[in-house]
Amino acid sequence: MSNPLVEVKDLKKYFHIKNEGASETVSLLKAVDGVSFDVFEGEILGIVGESGCGKSTLGKTVLNLYEPTAGEVLYRGESVYERHAQELKEQTKKMQMIFQDPYSSLNPRKKVAKVIGQSLDIHSIGTSQERSERIEHLMQEVGLNPLFRGRYPHQFSGGQRQRIGIARALALQPEFVVCDEAVSALDVSVQAQILNLLLDLQEKHNLTYMFIAHDLAVVEFISTRILVMYLGRVVEIARKEDLVARHVHPYTKALFIASPITSPEQRKGEKHIFQGDVPSPINPPSGCHFHPRCPYAIERCKKEYPPMKEVAPGHYAACWVV
Amino acid sequence: METDIHEEIIIADPTPLQETWFHLKKNKAAMVGLGIITIFVLMAIFAPLISPYDPNAQVIDDRKTPMFTDGYILGTDDLGRDMLSRLIYGARISMTIGVVSVGISLVFGILIGVTSAYFGGVYDKIVMRLIDIMLAFPYILLTIVIVSLLGPSLLNAMIAIGISQIPRYARVVRASVLAEKEADYVLAERALGARDTELMFLTILPNCLSPTIVQATLGVGEAILSSAGLSFLGLGAQPPTPEWGLMIASSKEFITNAWWIVTLPGIAILLAVLGFNLFGDGLRDILDPKMRN
Amino acid sequence: METVKQETLLEIDNLNFSFKTQRGLVRAVRDLSITIKKGETLTLVGESGCGKSVTAHAINQLNPMPPGRVDSGRILFNGIDLLQLKKGEIEKMRGTQISMIFQEPMTALNPVFTVGSQIADVFMTHQGMGKDEAMARAVELFHLVKIPAPERRIHAYPHQLSGGMRQRAMIAMALASPEPGLMIADEPTTALDVTIQAQILDLLGDLKQQIDMSILLITHDMGVVAEMADRVVVMYAGRKVEESDVNSIFNDPRHPYTLGLLNSLPSNPKYKQAKRLEAITGTVPDLLTIGDGCPFANRCAYATDICRSSFPSMSEINKDHSVWCHNHESVKREKAQ
Repeated sequence: MSNPLVEVKDLKKYFHIKNEGASETVSLLKAVDGVSFDVFEGEILGIVGESGCGKSTLGKTVLNLYEPTAGEVLYRGESVYERHAQELKEQTKKMQMIFQDPYSSLNPRKKVAKVIGQSLDIHSIGTSQERSERIEHLMQEVGLNPLFRGRYPHQFSGGQRQRIGIARALALQPEFVVCDEAVSALDVSVQAQILNLLLDLQEKHNLTYMFIAHDLAVVEFISTRILVMYLGRVVEIARKEDLVARHVHPYTKALFIASPITSPEQRKGEKHIFQGDVPSPINPPSGCHFHPRCPYAIERCKKEYPPMKEVAPGHYAACWVV
Repeated sequence: METDIHEEIIIADPTPLQETWFHLKKNKAAMVGLGIITIFVLMAIFAPLISPYDPNAQVIDDRKTPMFTDGYILGTDDLGRDMLSRLIYGARISMTIGVVSVGISLVFGILIGVTSAYFGGVYDKIVMRLIDIMLAFPYILLTIVIVSLLGPSLLNAMIAIGISQIPRYARVVRASVLAEKEADYVLAERALGARDTELMFLTILPNCLSPTIVQATLGVGEAILSSAGLSFLGLGAQPPTPEWGLMIASSKEFITNAWWIVTLPGIAILLAVLGFNLFGDGLRDILDPKMRN
Repeated sequence: METVKQETLLEIDNLNFSFKTQRGLVRAVRDLSITIKKGETLTLVGESGCGKSVTAHAINQLNPMPPGRVDSGRILFNGIDLLQLKKGEIEKMRGTQISMIFQEPMTALNPVFTVGSQIADVFMTHQGMGKDEAMARAVELFHLVKIPAPERRIHAYPHQLSGGMRQRAMIAMALASPEPGLMIADEPTTALDVTIQAQILDLLGDLKQQIDMSILLITHDMGVVAEMADRVVVMYAGRKVEESDVNSIFNDPRHPYTLGLLNSLPSNPKYKQAKRLEAITGTVPDLLTIGDGCPFANRCAYATDICRSSFPSMSEINKDHSVWCHNHESVKREKAQ
């Protein structure tokens, strides 16, 4: 494989949560708790996990939108966090984000052309004529009619708004794009269009994606590698084909089993479903966070967090029972 | 790549302004308020054209002429000055007071509110405690203290009212910025490399204006009332300015024999304040989605 | 399914429902007829704005009226027209024979009362039970919906429960009716994590085995349909476009929209190797500008001139499978190739 474009090293992001009612107590929410992985140039790294697993926080911390509590993110070998203003500006051009909610992620008071072209203004790229042409080109590229450039976001449907968000992210010609649940809020038929669009753009511009989603089917379709998170930690990471063929971590198994079936013939009489709720990330279970729900848990799982083990070439899992 | 362009017809949703007007039209009280405000504003603008006499011209023979006599529609005061003309010019003064003092509170209130909400931390804590202290003073007392320090004059009264109202605006703005600054579009623009000042004033602030506009509308009425109070106490406008509060103060001894000299400026104050309050309350109902329906 | 009795429980007959908005009249449901038999699970599937939730809420009269309005039609429940009932009568119906569970139980549960007391309340209001008996029944129901430690959880406030537990409590409350004839489940698992969604669907399946009731399940998720449905009604832009038993919908879809919906799923086995999805182009039309033609015509690969001018009449594929499409024969031919 090629060189890593982004290296995430033991990244941690904790939030202080003020407890309601009780006066001065503050809890620590370990949203991302020591996560390490590489993203290689040209790949689509899918990040999957359920609510509260920290996948969205991870994406925002990698892009320096959240300040990390500890750890390091290297972009082409250089730290993302230790940068001076000018370097930082250069770097934001290379690393962009597509957001989940096509409603709250667009400023309701800005016209579409302004939303898409804002970054060109910020970085003073081109003359106003060139910017205008670039905006039109971007709109066409994501499948929006450039005639609508003077409209406000609320005049577009959810799918079209997501296209606006994509055009905005592409305006600076980034190399690395974090797609944070970029299709989760969309209707299925629109979701399929946007997935195709993201794939087209990735090929055309040789983009690298970090594709965050809770929907395993979507991640499985789009990714070349998949990383599974549970309560702030990486539990398994492997090439897609390897992970689909062999899910090592019991939580990955649970995700695959729970994934919706695709035809009524697959209905199982007796289902082997993992019981229990996703625990709160504020007070995760001791040892391996998954042990209370895990049918294979042994004594050790309750006490120590398992280290990442290479179970096959390029296939890593954090579990005592493999 | 095949671009697929969607050409379906979209009926344009109304802009926020059209939407506000649509709801406003249905709110009778707000429309009455708006009507009153419009009348006073027109009076203020066209005062020299519509007032029948010079507001300061004294006609000794016509002192205390009752209403609707000798061509004085609203009578004259104790120095024989035309009441109607004085009230019309008074509108000019009161509208100026409203705009200037609310302008002062708005500028500083927004600056303080936006920055303290946006930056948070120690700065926010210090600013908010200072504001708490200011709010702990009775408002009128605070105004009097400031105006005594600056010296009594109409301009100083405006400044004093403006300053003493800053905390309220700062709080309103801070609250809505706090709610808005976590929105994804703010994060998105930061990801594009937008600077803090741009994010604060061009991105977040325009989305926080609704409650501020409501506060400002109600604030104009309050400023008019406060300035009348200060002038009544001799701390605001000085004679012979046709300021409504001052007009009441300088004629209060005639309440028994020439009631209109005292009463008419009072009614003017009442109407102006009522107008802004009705309109402000209506705006609040419309702009605050929680209050709607 | 062999357990399905042929008696009709609910019949929606030619329902037309519209909303008056600032921009004009929105015809949210058009000429919709649906029957649900006793013991059957019917799913209404479609994307946002297709009218599935409006239909479900029309049964219980939960649509805001105005701006909503029933333009025509009947909704017969055990032969009684629900649309003719007075407010008090429909409220009684809601508490006794028709129950409802929602996507976000937090909005349907009262935050200031414990979940137990809210369920007990249903027993006390509609069955005149005493407080102790009602609480005991509530604990039983918590057992039934597999809430762990029910004696303790019964005293919890809604916000103290996790999303999955809240949905279970909501289901328990729906089951508190004396004769739960029909349960309307409006996107019951959409807000939940996949592992929790699987548990809730499992629970609903189990309950149906134990309790003789019909379920009207509203969903946008074909996975949920595959898991739960006996019969399926596919809706698009306020219209019913296809109706069939669950197997035919997945194995032999005849409406281009149903086909497109299935092809839009990344989990569809045909995408094991493919690099792109066969997506439906375009977006859902604006209900305000929609004409009398087939609403799907502007996105449909099979559309012909007649599709734009008139909505097709029913074509019966077999006794369990009907489709409303002028060109369903070409869909069949193309699939055969």
